[in-house]
Amino acid sequence: MDNQRNEPRIGFYVCHCGTNIAGMVDCPAVAQYVSRLPNVVLSRDYKYMCSDPGQELIQQDIREHRLNRIVVASCSPLLHEKTFRGATEKGGLNPFFFHMVNIREHDSWVHTDKQAATEKAKSLAHAAIHRVRFHKPLEVKQVPIHPAVLVVGGGIAGIHAAMTLANAGKKVYLVEREPSIGGHMAKFDKTFPTLDCAACILTPKMSEVGAHPNITLWTYSEAMKMEGYVGNYTVTIRHKPRYIIEDACVGCLECIDACVYKQPKFFDEFNMGLGKRKPVYIPFPQATPQVVLIDPETCLNLKTGKCKKTCVEACADRKAIDFTQKETFSEIKVGAIIVATGFKSFDAQRIPQYGYGTYPNVYTALEIERLVNASGPTGGEVVLRDGKKPKSIGIIHCVGSRDHKTNRWCSRVCCMYSMKLAHLLKEHTEAEVYSFYIDMRTPGKGYEEFYGKLLDEGVQFVRGRVGEVTDWAFTKEEEGKLVIRVEDTLAGYVRRIPVDMVVLATGLEPQADAQEVRRRFNMSCGTEGFFLERHPKLAPVNTFTDGILLAGCCQGPKDIPDTVAQAGAAAAEALVLIDKGHIEQEPNTAFIHEEDCSGCKSCIPLCPYSAILFNEETRKAIINQALCKGCGTCVASCPSGSIEQNLFDDEEIFSEIEGVLAYE
Amino acid sequence: MNEKQWTPRIVAFFCNWCTYTAADLAGVSRLKYAPNMRVIRIMCSGRVDPQFILEAFAKGADGVLIGGCHPNDCHYAEGNYKMLRRFQLLQRMLKDMGIEEDRLRLEWISAAEGEKVKTVMNDMVAKVTAMGPLGMPGRFADWDKEMEHLEAAVATAEAGQPAHSHSQQEVKHA
Repeated sequence: MDNQRNEPRIGFYVCHCGTNIAGMVDCPAVAQYVSRLPNVVLSRDYKYMCSDPGQELIQQDIREHRLNRIVVASCSPLLHEKTFRGATEKGGLNPFFFHMVNIREHDSWVHTDKQAATEKAKSLAHAAIHRVRFHKPLEVKQVPIHPAVLVVGGGIAGIHAAMTLANAGKKVYLVEREPSIGGHMAKFDKTFPTLDCAACILTPKMSEVGAHPNITLWTYSEAMKMEGYVGNYTVTIRHKPRYIIEDACVGCLECIDACVYKQPKFFDEFNMGLGKRKPVYIPFPQATPQVVLIDPETCLNLKTGKCKKTCVEACADRKAIDFTQKETFSEIKVGAIIVATGFKSFDAQRIPQYGYGTYPNVYTALEIERLVNASGPTGGEVVLRDGKKPKSIGIIHCVGSRDHKTNRWCSRVCCMYSMKLAHLLKEHTEAEVYSFYIDMRTPGKGYEEFYGKLLDEGVQFVRGRVGEVTDWAFTKEEEGKLVIRVEDTLAGYVRRIPVDMVVLATGLEPQADAQEVRRRFNMSCGTEGFFLERHPKLAPVNTFTDGILLAGCCQGPKDIPDTVAQAGAAAAEALVLIDKGHIEQEPNTAFIHEEDCSGCKSCIPLCPYSAILFNEETRKAIINQALCKGCGTCVASCPSGSIEQNLFDDEEIFSEIEGVLAYE
Repeated sequence: MNEKQWTPRIVAFFCNWCTYTAADLAGVSRLKYAPNMRVIRIMCSGRVDPQFILEAFAKGADGVLIGGCHPNDCHYAEGNYKMLRRFQLLQRMLKDMGIEEDRLRLEWISAAEGEKVKTVMNDMVAKVTAMGPLGMPGRFADWDKEMEHLEAAVATAEAGQPAHSHSQQEVKHA
């Protein structure tokens, strides 16, 4: 360790990254340029620095050439800084004597002029060589963490993640804003391509969640506010009043029968309005928890105060109904948070030419899921709104997907669920089923085989994007029907296909409040509005905030197998974090040189974490290292220059500025 | 060097969480933009000391770009607002110093906006190219030369008659 304090002896490595960098940057020329810079002892170019031999090379050179500073010019530090710090440490140096230069994402991949790209690489390397001379040995801080996990969203993703963690013996809080967990999957009838019943595979899992001793299940609740940092998050949960004391309700549903409204007459959210419910209701028979709730918008007593309260009578000595309930808040401490807030189904009214909302017999796919479901509003009988059985059905793919006017992305599941619905509709009604697709996308285990099966079953697949759905009949056969106008791109002409029922395969969208949730949990959104993962391939469930993990469709459209796999991965990531018992924090905190501090207090109000205190005795400011997050705002504003930030110190940045501008 | 056509040198300070990541995204998406920008990574745009900007201009930058998270999105809650305040003050000061407003630019670029990195970089390079070189190091050299001349002039003046005669007079009086 002795040589670390002496004159800098810098080792420089420029990575070819195969041809990713070497294809645009003249790596040997960069190495040669750097070799002439002061303090550089050794300068090499190598095919893959991140490979084992590449890292070995660094370690060997540190020992052989007594290097005490390492600079690697390769990809983004967000990708491999850790790798090379590790190699530096294995070579016997403090890992923070390493600095990384990004000449792939910021250079070779974004430029087309070889000479200019090489010049840029040289100047960026020059800056790093300048900067690394000022690097100091630093210690990684260890902070203990809270071993509980919060799962936000109780769809299949949240359920699976919560179960995995709870089975591993961890404390889990599962928060769901709807009155029951289950999410979209609870609404489905069958799942593709195996056609097993969604409820049969989901509801046992739901009741397991409800009964698990390690899971605190909060439905009809929302995570409102998050404070703290990885390992030590404090989250405020809002519990909406359901006017039922959850612990007292036994789920006998007698209050529903007793309600003064003899017939259900209000919009049933769970059945997409195809069915009706009473003011006191349970969303669906297998709802978890098995607890009713009262809708304050429709309940006579809550609206007017004038009601016979027959429900209270029916509840009798269980005394579960409480009309005075108010919203409450609780605060929990967790080490990690899994965000599994799911998706929103595309609003089909945004494409008016398909007639959703205008023609009663145009349905969305989710409505059909409820119609074919045995526990749905019609008991599984597929009938039109006038009660007649449809004789012909048209399913339109890509509604709100692969469309420049609405959403550009492929929603991934619509081709498959459209085929599933085609099969189910045929089974239930024996109608002629047409499926209008742009491309048939069946990438998944057993998916293409399912398509083959549907072809055999005689579903008519028409390749072409539907132009419009209209009730304007040209011929006698078309009268009283919905006419689908489409260019059949395989047959090569425009067709008019009259049907009784139209099903729109609506795509998947980010939740309406995704932006709010993103802010709440300090995440980013991609251009489409889905939450952004840290790395599309190598960190698909992590976000840019440590300890915040993603699962399911909130990260992007995906089917149930992928969602469950991702939820498992998120649970594993959470386990990795909390099982370790502590987290290692980047030592980029700021500290004050007391002798230089003038005690002006300029820095104190600037700190967003209230990490700076004023010592009245010495008349100097002090930074609490445990609270400092290392943003450096105070460093930039100290008038006497007495605050220093590890890894981003003034002299380091000044030397970097000089370095990037030093090129000829 | 002389035969080479002049192209601007622009120093950029990008925050680790939004803009630096966006620039990585631009790379991963293989977007193409002008190669004049040199990015220095900092944790937060709030870390940008006005002195960094002045130093960059003094050391030969023709433009300085600062990239931070969108308002309300700062990883550190409010560092970007602090930068905004400094930026507004500094812009006025730079104007007084004879540095055009467009040479300093502050942009909010989120981690998802790789496309915006490209647009901003190209736009800024085009604008600075149109303005021509700033050449602060050259100007400093000129000023240094001027100062040297003045100093020399003062020195010769002091070595010449007034001071000399003054002391002579004093001697005479004595």
